[in-house]
Amino acid sequence: MKASNALWRDHLADQMPESLAREIDIFETEIALRKQGKLDERLFAETRLRRGTYGQRYDNGQRHDGEKVQQLNFPAGALTKGPNTMWDAPGMQRIKIPAGGLNAAQLETIAELAEEYSDGIAHVTTRQDFQLHFVHIENTPSLMRRLAAAKITTREACGNSVRNVTACPYAGVCQDESFDVTPYARALSRFLLGHPDCQNFGRKFKPAFSGCSQHACGLTSLHDLGLIAAKRLNPETGKEEIGFEMYVGGGLGAVPYQAKLFSSFVVPQELLPLAQAIARIFARYGEKKNRNRARLKFLIQDLGIEKFRSLVHEERKLLPFDSRWTEYITQSLESTESPARVGGELPELVTIGAGEADTENFKKWLKFNTRPQRQPGYAAVTVALPLGDITANQLRALADIVRRFTRETIRTTVEQNFLIRWVSKPDLLELYRALDAVGLGDHGAGALVDIAACPGTDTCKLGISSSRGLAAELRKRVSEKGFQCDEAVQNLHIKISGCFNSCGQHHVADLGFYGVSRKIGGYAVPHFQVVLGGEWEHNAGAYGLPIVAVPAKNIPQVVSRLTDRYVAERNSGETFKEFVKRTGKTALKSMLEDLTRPPAGDRSFFSDWGDPRAYSLGDMGVGECAGEVVSPVDFGLAQAERELFEAQLAFEKGEIQEAGKRALGSMVTAAKALVKFENPDIGDDPDTIISEFRIRYHDTQKFFDPFAGGKFANYLFDAYSRSGQPYSSESSRYLLDEAQLFIDAAHSCSNRLETVVAA
Amino acid sequence: MADNTSFLLSQMMAELSLELEHINFKLLLKNPADVDLEAVIPVFHSWIQDQVCDELLLDVADYRHVKAGPGIVLIGHEADYSLDNTDDRLGLRYNRKATMEGNNQERLEQALGAALSALERLENEPSLAGKVGFDGRELEVFINDRLLAGNREGREQLQRELRTLLGKLLVGGAYSLSYAADPRRLLGARIHCQRDFSTADLLKNLEAGRIDEFRGPSPPDSNPYS
Repeated sequence: MKASNALWRDHLADQMPESLAREIDIFETEIALRKQGKLDERLFAETRLRRGTYGQRYDNGQRHDGEKVQQLNFPAGALTKGPNTMWDAPGMQRIKIPAGGLNAAQLETIAELAEEYSDGIAHVTTRQDFQLHFVHIENTPSLMRRLAAAKITTREACGNSVRNVTACPYAGVCQDESFDVTPYARALSRFLLGHPDCQNFGRKFKPAFSGCSQHACGLTSLHDLGLIAAKRLNPETGKEEIGFEMYVGGGLGAVPYQAKLFSSFVVPQELLPLAQAIARIFARYGEKKNRNRARLKFLIQDLGIEKFRSLVHEERKLLPFDSRWTEYITQSLESTESPARVGGELPELVTIGAGEADTENFKKWLKFNTRPQRQPGYAAVTVALPLGDITANQLRALADIVRRFTRETIRTTVEQNFLIRWVSKPDLLELYRALDAVGLGDHGAGALVDIAACPGTDTCKLGISSSRGLAAELRKRVSEKGFQCDEAVQNLHIKISGCFNSCGQHHVADLGFYGVSRKIGGYAVPHFQVVLGGEWEHNAGAYGLPIVAVPAKNIPQVVSRLTDRYVAERNSGETFKEFVKRTGKTALKSMLEDLTRPPAGDRSFFSDWGDPRAYSLGDMGVGECAGEVVSPVDFGLAQAERELFEAQLAFEKGEIQEAGKRALGSMVTAAKALVKFENPDIGDDPDTIISEFRIRYHDTQKFFDPFAGGKFANYLFDAYSRSGQPYSSESSRYLLDEAQLFIDAAHSCSNRLETVVAA
Repeated sequence: MADNTSFLLSQMMAELSLELEHINFKLLLKNPADVDLEAVIPVFHSWIQDQVCDELLLDVADYRHVKAGPGIVLIGHEADYSLDNTDDRLGLRYNRKATMEGNNQERLEQALGAALSALERLENEPSLAGKVGFDGRELEVFINDRLLAGNREGREQLQRELRTLLGKLLVGGAYSLSYAADPRRLLGARIHCQRDFSTADLLKNLEAGRIDEFRGPSPPDSNPYS
């Protein structure tokens, strides 16, 4: 789509890390193959998802316009980028930010991408990622190259893979933490990225780190792998040592699971190998066919934590030593943060700026948006983003601000905000003014007004109700009500999901809402299920209680009524969670009963917040959160196809030797894919692959074609025996053909094997 | 010296070969405080319902909650239309996403024509009660592709192309151009007309393609706006 798409590869050639550059080249080739119909749509879907390139609402080529379903006649016609997913339909690009850590240049890059490939907005997610919406698939390689040049990858941001490794954004500066978890989060992220043991999951796998157990910032309880910093006295030496409480099998979704304790103390050198062993067990025993039961939490439920623990420890013993287990941690520990300016204390305020109003706003901002660091004289400052959104211009301004006040120490947060770290306290007023000048000076971070919401019906295929529309409306009303409301209410959390899948984390909010639909008078009406009493603190320590479904347009009244009742009726020191528990579901439901029906004759209830169309569920599609379950054999064969395609391109360019080499390489890759079916631990050594292929597939005749017998396997053996000899144009041409036949035969063999397994 | 000459030559070549794609035009609105963005949402939805233009229209995105942001965006396949409030300047913006046939002038004319037609449609929309209207004097143009057209190196050619275009557009009116001070911004210019034009005038002039021989001076690089 972009006229410059063909130019970025060369333009950034010397700025991208080689591994990322190669990875993007591969993806670009896969795009070309898919356009030519040489790559299966299901396989292409999973491969793009593993690059963070996600589908979006209406990508099935249909949209309900309020009156009827409209066909969206995209120029690429019937070409798809996944099952029922039109090629030209705009999609979402997720960008992984390990532990949320960024620098100013990276902010500027994301600003440029938001402007040039999206709609001018970058969205911070509840897992510290960025998302850009309305991105065309053919622009994604350029977008990824520009990110790679800024040392950011989108790899495994979606799909059945290890997602972004999140961490408490206060790590390293928090007053309560045991120690700084940042280096460990980064090391784990680096180690698991693209790791062969993490390529065959039935669903996604989300790790998170926290520096303490009492606060919410890491949300470890709702993650597949949760790690909380801990200290103990070494039983042998008697000296204090650091490590992690390790939790497994947490997750939200329709039925939320609290993570279970796997180990009360894991020493740092065991962190990566244990994670690897867990990944192997998840890949081996996790559900693959029924995606509704494919998350780690279900495997642990089925096995029991004791059995799971025992399997992991057994697997750990079998792991071949990997020097990266400790090297990556050592290297991460070398990178430390420091302040740009001398610390101190903020002078006492009388009035600032235009007068009393400005002073009051600054005071509120100080109260809600700043927190003293454990390093005296410094504060961490939250930049509150409405619904997690920020413009390109604001991102550039933020880059300027973090350069001016800090050594570019900024992180994204799970509350969809930014945290600027290492701000010298005497600079706070100037910093506030700089933020406020670009519309980033809102106070109320982490408070009632700071509402989190998933994309919902705005862009998500699974959205049932408009979570962002509701969030915007509530935000407006809470802001208008101002901070006159009771102190206890100010610190409540509201979180909204567009459906039961919990991307907005409604289970862990004081007031949570998730989208549902109900019929009233024969017409569909957008509703939200009210979920009360979840706990954000203690790393999402408790999940809320579903009370009743209420029409979307009545939800602001629900918030108002519940908060008013809480203020009026709470006991001294009683938290909202405690109030909900004491009041009980029956009483809470009856409290809201009159709001469960729209007022007679009010047609506005038949459309959703921010969307005037008559409400319909007709736009819902099949979600891609679960990715496509594609076997490692299929992945390996797709890789072989791509390598052969590159060999053919080299041949067309007259690069005869390269073409021959790549054609042979593609055959070895295909052979490896088949061997992997029986031996998942097969490495990359070609001699071993050929030898194992001969024993497992040739000698057993499993590879034999019903008519051609072992002919195609012999193509491989002959070509491999001649490797190292120069190719003539003719021999290279023959090899290209033989490679294609060999890969076709490998596909047939794979189909036969999978049929046998299925039977 | 040789190095310097070759650098200058390469710069000249780059300028000569500058392809203006992904052109954006923004037409500033009069009385922006009177414009109710919420009222524009159903209008944009109706444009999708009726597929009012040749381009494929897809969805509406609401960014009213973001300060100085994109406002309300009508997402399309070939282009987006928005009531855009970037820099706290509300205007109808046309953002061409798909590549276009033709030369630079033809592309500029297409993008500007689309922007003007869209604004005229909003001006005539009964539900907006005449509250959305062109301020008559200010336009912005951007090239939304930094690699094709860098903020600094593309400026001279953009200026040349704009002179040709504006000669046809602002018949009988002087104008001036100013540029963004921040080099990180997209290549673009603000066009300040010395007298008022209506949307209909500009559409008519664009159609007629007449060249005004009495065009006033157009001081380059004057009045940088940030």
